Amino acid sequence: MPTRIQKQARPDTMLLNMGPSHPAMHGTIRIMLELDGERILNSEVEVGYLHRGFEKTCEHRTYFNLLPYTDRLNYVSPLINNLGYVMTVEKMLGVEAPERAQYIRVLMSELSRISDHLTCLAAMAMECGAFTAFLYKMKAREFLWDVIEQTTGARMTTSYIRIGGVRADLHPGFDSALKKAVEETRGVLKDVHGLLDKNKIFLNRTRDVGVISREDAVSYGWTGPCLRSTGISYDVRKAHPYLVYDKLKWDVPLGERGDNFDRYMVRMKEMEQSLRIIEQAAVRLPKSSRAFIAGGLPPDEAIKESRHRRFRKEIELSPNLEGSEESHYPDILASDKGFVVPPKEETYTSIEGLIDHFKFFMRGHGLRPPKGEVYFSVEGGNGELGYYIVSDGTDRPYRLHLRAPCFHVVSALEQLIRGRYVADVIPTFGSMNMIGGELDR
Amino acid sequence: MEEKAILELVRIEFPAGVRETANSLGDEVAVIEKGALLQIAAFLRDGPGKFDMLLDLTCVDYAREDPRFEMVYHFFSLSRNQRIRIKTRLGEGDLRISSLTSLWKNADWLEREVYDLFGIHFEGHPDLRRLFMYDGFEGHPLRKDYPLRRRQPLIRLKE
Repeated sequence: MPTRIQKQARPDTMLLNMGPSHPAMHGTIRIMLELDGERILNSEVEVGYLHRGFEKTCEHRTYFNLLPYTDRLNYVSPLINNLGYVMTVEKMLGVEAPERAQYIRVLMSELSRISDHLTCLAAMAMECGAFTAFLYKMKAREFLWDVIEQTTGARMTTSYIRIGGVRADLHPGFDSALKKAVEETRGVLKDVHGLLDKNKIFLNRTRDVGVISREDAVSYGWTGPCLRSTGISYDVRKAHPYLVYDKLKWDVPLGERGDNFDRYMVRMKEMEQSLRIIEQAAVRLPKSSRAFIAGGLPPDEAIKESRHRRFRKEIELSPNLEGSEESHYPDILASDKGFVVPPKEETYTSIEGLIDHFKFFMRGHGLRPPKGEVYFSVEGGNGELGYYIVSDGTDRPYRLHLRAPCFHVVSALEQLIRGRYVADVIPTFGSMNMIGGELDR
Repeated sequence: MEEKAILELVRIEFPAGVRETANSLGDEVAVIEKGALLQIAAFLRDGPGKFDMLLDLTCVDYAREDPRFEMVYHFFSLSRNQRIRIKTRLGEGDLRISSLTSLWKNADWLEREVYDLFGIHFEGHPDLRRLFMYDGFEGHPLRKDYPLRRRQPLIRLKE
């Protein structure tokens, strides 16, 4: 079937496909261009190559079960996706995470935000030919991911933030790893500023290219760094503060012209602010009340022993459960029983614990938010990441809808590249930070 | 106080269009008649509320209820820093609703998405095509009667 652009194209112009298999199209988007020489007369963006039916799948999973799917939305900042989903469900249930967990969530989401911005800018710089900047940023991202991996156990598919709190307490080596990552990132940001800010090639490709006016940005529903690059100060963390963001000191960097360079600059400055937040949060983080556990019984022996009498000894859990021992629970998870995974020590050694475990995971039991609908949003890497969940009182969401920030941003691409050269598509598209998983869902 | 006021204003302006207003978990909600959607949306955008952003637009399929589909709109006002949710019902017999493309630019893709996944027809949309699914795809996958595991491959799958 001919597409719109094929039908409308003038006979003397050339139609050119950019993507879906094009190194600068980030894998999964197709832009059809109608060209007069090098100039773009018209274009059509086709999305959906990464559509996996996220929303449909979620309707068939329980509230607890669908968390890993949210990792795979914006796969460069999975922790913020976890956070958005979890806080929406918490709003429905009326649960609040303990203070330490809230600070951990802030730390984790800011680390993800930096890695998100770094990835976006690294790709954008590389596509403009600045390979060194790309390598520097990837290096900084590695340090950040080391910190994330140490605590969450995964680099990208973390599923770390859970309903009622977080999965595990921070790793004992968190502070030193974080310190190193922050230092490295600061250094990289300084280097990148030096490499790109006054670089003539980079400026030529980004300054006054892909300009959007304030009115258009609002009309397209832009949020996040892209909206702020036009000078509108809207950040969900300031506008509708969640977690402990209102207790920390930080600024919202703004751009002026709304071009590619401003989008680059806003992201660079935002990373500095995120580092500020991380440093404050790391200091204010309430101390953990737990004692270090050494030399517990392995689970099978504990189970055997528990058959004879009520068991109270420490149990040596699998390394996968490091940080989520029962003694950590008051720090990291809400105390409401029935909303959080019962501690493994209880499950292994007492019949009540086992019943709790089954009540939590059995179909039709588990988390059952009251009937109703809720919208909640957090500031994701690309902007306002909102979840709209309709509950019918069962253990599965009746409808779950994601407000993907880059969906709105990419829908403006056709307008931004009209009348420009083919080469301008690359930095314009790069500065939007299109993430296929989030856009196509 | 102001939050109440905007819904009251809408109610006064369109007495026949607004069915009910409520507050659900801290969100302001208004249920309206589908015929009044375009006027109410224009009033929200240009009126005293200045809801200048169409935050989100989606649909819910209540397969067992009579007006089967519910369109859900979220508007946001930058100057007031306030969100509002507008809902309206559509019966299965008449799946047409007016398009908001004349007011907001992102309504274009959002409505294409809902058309693709739910089969709602937006009147006045300049180019209503599927967004995620390919041409020739049958059915609307987010409807409750579309099976989760139904496959429609373009190229035959290997056995």
